[in-house]
Amino acid sequence: MTPDTALAIEASGLVKRFGDKRAVDGVDLAVPSGSVYGVLGPNGAGKTTTIRMLATLIAPDGGSARVFGHDVVREADAVRGAISLTGQLASVDEELTGRENLILLARLLGHRPPAARRRADELLAAFGLEESAGKLAKHYSGGMRRRLDIAASIVVTPRLLILDEPTTGLDPRSRNHVWEIVRLMVAAGTTILLCTQYLEEADQLADGIAVIDRGRVIAEGTPAQLKASVGAGALHLRLLDPARRGRAQEMLERRFGSVHLEPDPAALSAPCGDAEQAAEAIAALAREGVAVAGFSLGQPSLDEVFLALTGHTADDESATTTEERVA
Amino acid sequence: MSTHVTTPEQEAMRRALAAGARPPRATAATACRAFAWRGLLKIRHVPEQLMDATVTPVLFTVMFTYMFGGAIAGSTKEYLQFILPGIVVQSVIFTTVYSGVALNTDMTRGVVDRFRSLPLWRPAPLVGAVAGDSVRALVAGGVVVIVGLVLGYRPDGGIAGVLGAIALVLVFAFALAWLFTTLGLVMRSPSAVMNTGFMALFPLVFLSNIFVAPETLPSVLEAFVDVNPVTHLVTATRGLMGGAADGGDILLVLGEAALLTAVFVPLTTWRYRRG
Repeated sequence: MTPDTALAIEASGLVKRFGDKRAVDGVDLAVPSGSVYGVLGPNGAGKTTTIRMLATLIAPDGGSARVFGHDVVREADAVRGAISLTGQLASVDEELTGRENLILLARLLGHRPPAARRRADELLAAFGLEESAGKLAKHYSGGMRRRLDIAASIVVTPRLLILDEPTTGLDPRSRNHVWEIVRLMVAAGTTILLCTQYLEEADQLADGIAVIDRGRVIAEGTPAQLKASVGAGALHLRLLDPARRGRAQEMLERRFGSVHLEPDPAALSAPCGDAEQAAEAIAALAREGVAVAGFSLGQPSLDEVFLALTGHTADDESATTTEERVA
Repeated sequence: MSTHVTTPEQEAMRRALAAGARPPRATAATACRAFAWRGLLKIRHVPEQLMDATVTPVLFTVMFTYMFGGAIAGSTKEYLQFILPGIVVQSVIFTTVYSGVALNTDMTRGVVDRFRSLPLWRPAPLVGAVAGDSVRALVAGGVVVIVGLVLGYRPDGGIAGVLGAIALVLVFAFALAWLFTTLGLVMRSPSAVMNTGFMALFPLVFLSNIFVAPETLPSVLEAFVDVNPVTHLVTATRGLMGGAADGGDILLVLGEAALLTAVFVPLTTWRYRRG
């Protein structure tokens, strides 16, 4: 019987306990083949524990998961043959050179020594690491290390690449480079599971997103669906005179139904997805003598989505109790 | 957007992705060899690592021969004949702690996660690493023999006896290393592994027949020395190097090595799998 491989990952009710803490508390996931699937959540939400179970590094305490139809516990070896993991700690050997890292992996994956060296050189070229090929990985910059890490993950092109916070700590240029690699890999047919605490990253790359908080999936959908769930968009206004905010609030409430007062005493926002309505509202304010210093009309950010879903922001560390990385 | 404009980098990346076909799975032997190679590369990049394996044995040989030779054996020349095989054993045994230290260091890094997520014979990273460490042990043993020869040691067992002795010591070291890999997986830091490891080794090494004949010891101590596996190894090594090899002694050592392996390889592998 051929397992159903329309789904790259199929997890139901995954549970992992560390002591009394349920780090993962019943996670369900359905990741279609060929997509980028984002797992979004703050530190300690259970992301890393979840992917460590999917990557066969730790066994679940409850529930089950299949990767391309193979059970992660009973058919762990088949799962390992289909995936590559780029862990949160860069998974490169710091005491070897970049080239040696890639040759080692190529050999471990079954390449004979000449083919392993060829493959290493090919990857070094593709990832712009030729000049540093002979340097020990511990002397690499953060961005170079990440690139080497991802190169090591595609020595053999995996069917599923698991990326755990691939851009944490990277400068914008390196981050864009990683994003570019991810896009090219998806175009080449690899499924990608992307764990991130950066909402922008999930927004940029993912076709589908699961939002995880306290070991559970609390929302799931496309980035657009998640945004729609908190409202169409918002008109953000900054007034010239904070004293006039009360008047502006009154007028905008009449027009849009509700108004959100920002911490900045001159700023407020209202739900509004339409440019014409926004322009009319600003004109009406001007007629009433409420001068607007600046405005913007935007889709809600995933930050706002997260706040709406969980009641706390994504980087709110106080929301979590224990370190996630126990195993 | 990337479908319209293609930069050379993107082209290189596409080619690299397209060329990533999966070769036949690596055999257990290939995987072990690759991991042993990894260990040797580390020694090559940080040759200072071998200092412990070379300087300490030289110091021990010279120090014990000239400080205690006269007092214990009446002459340094005679004492050297007695002590040298024991120093070979001691030097090699001390290097086995590093297998545990290296594994402990590895576990704190992300690279182990990658190894554990590869489709490999599961003990390969461990077996390969410990096998690679044999090179360090070989260097330690070889250095002692050379220093001994320079100081005037003459092995009656000839080249064959010396090579046989070194081979036996390496087999025992390979087995003993698994005790320290287990330790390396349960302790919190590399220095804790190092301290605990040496603390465990000191009584085994010094309460043995390396430095003095056990008959001269108080009876309680002598009883311990007699059951100490290090004593058995030294006796067999002395026999091989001195041209009086005893099959029974050698078998006893091989049996003890087999026992160590049978207990600690599964323990290490089990701990390693749990991550």
